[in-house]
Amino acid sequence: MTTDAKRVWTRKDLIGIDDLSREEVELILDTTPQFAAVTQRDSGIKKVPLLQGRLVVNWFYEPSTRTRTSFELAAKRLSADTLSISASASSLVKGESLHDTLANIEAMRSDIIVIRHSHAGAPHILAKRHPSHIINAGDGRHEHPTQALLDAFTMLEYVRNLRQDPKARLDGLRVALIGDIQHSRVARSNIFCLTKLGAKVTLCGPKTLLPPRAEKLGVDVTTDLREAIADADVIYALRIQLERQQSCLFPSLREYIRLFRIDNDSLKVAPKDVLIMHPGPINRDIELAAEVADSPQSVVLQQVSNGVSVRMAVMHLLVNSKPSASEERA
Amino acid sequence: MSLVIKNGHVIDPASGTSERLDVLLDGASVAEIGAGLEGDETIDASGLVVCPGLVDLHVHFREPGQESKETIATGSRAAAHGGFTSVVTMANTDPPIDNAGTLELVIRRAKDTSCIKIWPSACATKQRAGKEMTEMAELKSVGAVAVTDDGDDIVSSWVMRRVLEYADMCGLTYIAHCEDKSLCDDGIMNEGYVSTRLGLPGIPKAMEEIMVERNIRLAGVAGARIHIAHISTADSVDIVRRAKARGVKVTCETAPHYWTLTDEALEGFDTNAKMNPPLREAVDVAAIKEGLADGTIDCIATDHAPHAFTEKDVEIPLAPFGIVGLETSLALTISELVEPGVITLERAVELMSWAPAQVLDLPVGYLKKGGPADVTLFDPKAEWTVCPELFHSRSHNTPFARRVVRGQVKATICCGQIIYQSE
Repeated sequence: MTTDAKRVWTRKDLIGIDDLSREEVELILDTTPQFAAVTQRDSGIKKVPLLQGRLVVNWFYEPSTRTRTSFELAAKRLSADTLSISASASSLVKGESLHDTLANIEAMRSDIIVIRHSHAGAPHILAKRHPSHIINAGDGRHEHPTQALLDAFTMLEYVRNLRQDPKARLDGLRVALIGDIQHSRVARSNIFCLTKLGAKVTLCGPKTLLPPRAEKLGVDVTTDLREAIADADVIYALRIQLERQQSCLFPSLREYIRLFRIDNDSLKVAPKDVLIMHPGPINRDIELAAEVADSPQSVVLQQVSNGVSVRMAVMHLLVNSKPSASEERA
Repeated sequence: MSLVIKNGHVIDPASGTSERLDVLLDGASVAEIGAGLEGDETIDASGLVVCPGLVDLHVHFREPGQESKETIATGSRAAAHGGFTSVVTMANTDPPIDNAGTLELVIRRAKDTSCIKIWPSACATKQRAGKEMTEMAELKSVGAVAVTDDGDDIVSSWVMRRVLEYADMCGLTYIAHCEDKSLCDDGIMNEGYVSTRLGLPGIPKAMEEIMVERNIRLAGVAGARIHIAHISTADSVDIVRRAKARGVKVTCETAPHYWTLTDEALEGFDTNAKMNPPLREAVDVAAIKEGLADGTIDCIATDHAPHAFTEKDVEIPLAPFGIVGLETSLALTISELVEPGVITLERAVELMSWAPAQVLDLPVGYLKKGGPADVTLFDPKAEWTVCPELFHSRSHNTPFARRVVRGQVKATICCGQIIYQSE
């Protein structure tokens, strides 16, 4: 489908944004609209046969509703067969190793493996050894690349609408990521993605939840919410794990809200038309006040819609592009 | 029967010898060192360095309890292959070596199965639990050369102080594994930019440095000797340097990976780059080299930590810490320290033989008439590629696979017997 000779997808897998070039990220983003169009067809037939006869396995070691559903729907809209394996049903509990489990799945002729795992690097080591196309659906605190891609796509839509320019890019866009950066794979993938695309990223959260040496990632870092959002085009609130209080990372939700919640009060310092994003699931009135989550500026549901389109684009590129010689099975 | 090693470049740090000489061995002793010596058998050592059998103060031979990783027999063969004739085995076996019975078992297994000299350490506290001290006087009488809870630090400062005092009374040095686990208990790699990018839980340098400083302070209070195991950070080197200047009886060791690799080796989530202490940063590598050159760091140890392939072939947080080191240590010392001019060849030999022997008063690590016939012959210029599948160790967990290195062991002689010779 993609015709430009210089812009052909050559990777077997999508493991992380960190490894990708700007061109590769843009190739995915530019491939996405045609799949968004499939979903929005007037005929109501939201399906294309690009992955017909292929098997997509959703292999989730961690609970997930949104991401798993999104991948499954994306696969189905591409006419693939889908299979779901969850941690409790998998052989992990029987002591089988990760490599052995995948080898067994592959023995049933899988094409794409979508994996979520609680340990950073799990998709990486699988991709190196196994022939399947591996898509990382979140590994530990490391990366969640399709989330970052759907977020970038959502920001692109916003920018292109705002500027009435269908070719507009994210260069110069000011994005504030708020909350628990340290434990967030969404934050890491977004940092890699947005900085590659030329956006200006500011991280803000309690000092206890900011990763060491974060500024070396090419971002600004602050603990002052108002400073972070004062000139932001996009405010991206991250989910806070409620059990972090027990690890002595912040004293109480009450105090977290006082310092870091996005609500009408804190938004007073931000530009009026600032875009509000959140990867979900939202802890209402903790990361985002209800009035903000439900405001016209909030695109949290567009993020979810775009998730399906971006994942369709990724699966299509992985399976239907010819790998270059160097990317052929090592 | 006598054996003469002819025409080699004899380096003996203890006597300051570094010249072309012959070495005549008779039985388990050195009979003569000089020119034009003859013996029943001859090894031509032209172009080779002839030095005391290498000494390693820090190996894990896993016996008893974890024989699928290594045994005293396989570990000793790996040592011989790497040029070592003496090693100090760590006591974190299963069960741990915290009583005379278990120690006697290890000594008997060593006698029956080892081709090199095994100098066992024993635990400092029962079950390595950091609460009650072991019967150190008895352990010493059975054959322990040091006490250590290696793998863990003693958490209580009270217990640590008393262990240091009591060990000193028994003539045993405490080998300290310095790690404040209360600072972080799920760390996988050095905390810094790379851990931030990889999203892996970090091990801050302060975890090591806090305990290096504490343990040295307590050794000062106790008036006892202390040996700091595997130091890895720039500030640890500095803490030891300042303690030595104050007159504290402290010695320390480092391992080849701490001057060869940085935390960037973790970028492919390679479990063979996971060890504790973790690989640090360029600034630490530089400080480790400086410490080796200026004498702050007393000796080189390997922290040889074999693990089975299956145990390491997992997601990185699930993999055990540690790498094998006996069969690459000399080459990494030559390639990364001698060749670039950080230290001389003579200093390298000292750091791997005489100096470690001095730390624990082991009667090895020198070449002298009447001394032990433990000799290593190596070619300091020979280039080779690290092939884990050719290791003599039972385990192959090394981050140095396929690395091209210089400095190759040609023969290892222990008690006058040739225990390893390259073809």
